[in-house]
Amino acid sequence: MVNILVKLSAAAICAVGLTACDTNSPGGYGAGGVVGGIQPGSPSDPTSLAYFQQTIGDRVLFAVDQSTLSPEAISILDGQANWLLQSTQYVVTIEGHADEQGTREYNLALGARRASAAQNYLVSRGVADNRVKTVTFGKERPLEICSTEACWSKNRRAVTIVRAGLGS
Amino acid sequence: MKHILAFLCAVMAMLSLTSTIAIAQSKPLRIEVTKGVIEPMPFAAPVFVAENAAAKKYAAELTQVLVADLTGSGLFREIPNAAHISKITNFNAPIQYPDWKAINAQALITGAVSVSGNQLIVKFRLFDVFANTALGDGLQFVATTNSWRRMSHKVADAVYSRLTGETGYFDSRVVYISEEGPKNKRRKRVALMDYDGANVRYLTDSKSIVLAPRFSPNAREIIYTSYETGSPRVYLMNVDTMKSRILGDQPSMAFAPRFSPDGTKVVMSLSERGNSDIYLVNVSNGRKVRLTSSPAIDTAPSFSPDGSRIVFESDRSGGQQIYVMSTSGGAAKRISAGKGRYGTPVWSPRGDMIAFTKLYKGRFHIGVMRVDGSREKLLTASFLDEAPTWSPNGRVLMFFRETKGVNGAPSIYSVDITGQNLRKVNTPTFGSDPAWSSLLK
Repeated sequence: MVNILVKLSAAAICAVGLTACDTNSPGGYGAGGVVGGIQPGSPSDPTSLAYFQQTIGDRVLFAVDQSTLSPEAISILDGQANWLLQSTQYVVTIEGHADEQGTREYNLALGARRASAAQNYLVSRGVADNRVKTVTFGKERPLEICSTEACWSKNRRAVTIVRAGLGS
Repeated sequence: MKHILAFLCAVMAMLSLTSTIAIAQSKPLRIEVTKGVIEPMPFAAPVFVAENAAAKKYAAELTQVLVADLTGSGLFREIPNAAHISKITNFNAPIQYPDWKAINAQALITGAVSVSGNQLIVKFRLFDVFANTALGDGLQFVATTNSWRRMSHKVADAVYSRLTGETGYFDSRVVYISEEGPKNKRRKRVALMDYDGANVRYLTDSKSIVLAPRFSPNAREIIYTSYETGSPRVYLMNVDTMKSRILGDQPSMAFAPRFSPDGTKVVMSLSERGNSDIYLVNVSNGRKVRLTSSPAIDTAPSFSPDGSRIVFESDRSGGQQIYVMSTSGGAAKRISAGKGRYGTPVWSPRGDMIAFTKLYKGRFHIGVMRVDGSREKLLTASFLDEAPTWSPNGRVLMFFRETKGVNGAPSIYSVDITGQNLRKVNTPTFGSDPAWSSLLK
């Protein structure tokens, strides 16, 4: 069911040409979230997906080999939690990612840890546990592809992908 | 393994050697695998004799693959056909030892090929030129013609074994991840190939990310991680039928699977609420037993060949390090002791060593150590070397090396456990996560 939702929503966004699409991908990989059947709306509208992605920020970044939330990360997650508490029709999947400086399996585990750190924080701020799923991509889906810290720092991320919930 | 070979592998009772049997050397012709070979042993392998017209198209190629196997090991050097004084036109004719001594061929391999219907019959003999004698009995292999490369590998394994005193590794396969496309959108497929990169076959399509396939002990099944459901799960696939299924009940993310030596169980990591631990899963009924329960990352488990212990990596002491525990779980002993981070430990099929990936000062290395962590030896160094896998005889490792930068891409390499003979394995696409099979039956 989830997969079907993703495919439909990805197609919808492609159709209006708002973002680059990869219809094969099961999620956003941090390249921009997707919402079932709706347009992102305006970044100035606090209920819009665009506001979530651009104004609040849909991702938090991590230090090398760490999953501790930085003060910046906490402030972004506070914003995400508030948005989610207002917009109860949505659920989220948090994708955890690592940079390429690690072995694959360890990075899968590290990505899981990062996604979970963000998940735990959202739940601690009152977002219902069953609205927050996690998945790890390890180092399989880098956002930036250079091999320097400039890229690596953007790849060590947990991205909150908003999806249409069961009630919508 | 569609074309399963019913190998007869029959010893041809001495193949009636007509040459005079010379007095055996006090020391047999022997090359030491473990010492690090400085001077490869020179050998001659005249093109195998085609004993009938249908065999002609196989004889030359079969000999070529045999020669490529032996020279590729780094232990042997071929004296090319152009330098040969004697020509072998009859498999049973006496060997003209002086002709082979004159070109300094220490070992001579002669062979003959015949085809009968779709059956290929290959005979060979090995000679110790300077001792004027045959080394072991002649052997004959029978298989279907489309498996001709395996015949070459079988002959090469027999030669390797007689000259090194160790079992060979040429008649084996490698399962790996084929990768295509840009770095941020890699399309990955599970692929199967002969150990030398021939006969590539794709086992999955590129719709889902796939990772780290590994063979069952008899090489008929593989286990791998796939994102088919959107989240990493461990799948079991029969490589003949290509049918796959999720192994057991995996409520959470699962990865890093490896078979037990008897093939009845799989160890893997399950990650729940950000914590990855190691579980033992029964292949037939899916029942699982939790082996670690630390809040650390515990992953990359690998069995000892006797099935009694498991080596794995954990960051329970702060950074990634290598630990050994009993197959029933319980206390784990850290074995890696050097500076840096250690991951992807794999137990040698001989039981004597652990291969690993080491990260130190921004560089990646493939290395080996004794099972108690002593005698660490780094074999490679690059921007990113990762994921060693052992040859069936525990003398060679394959791994993958990823290049740096926006066009960075992985390729599969092999290296001897001495650190010599680093070679790229040619694959049609980028390749990563190789896993070597046992010797095929």
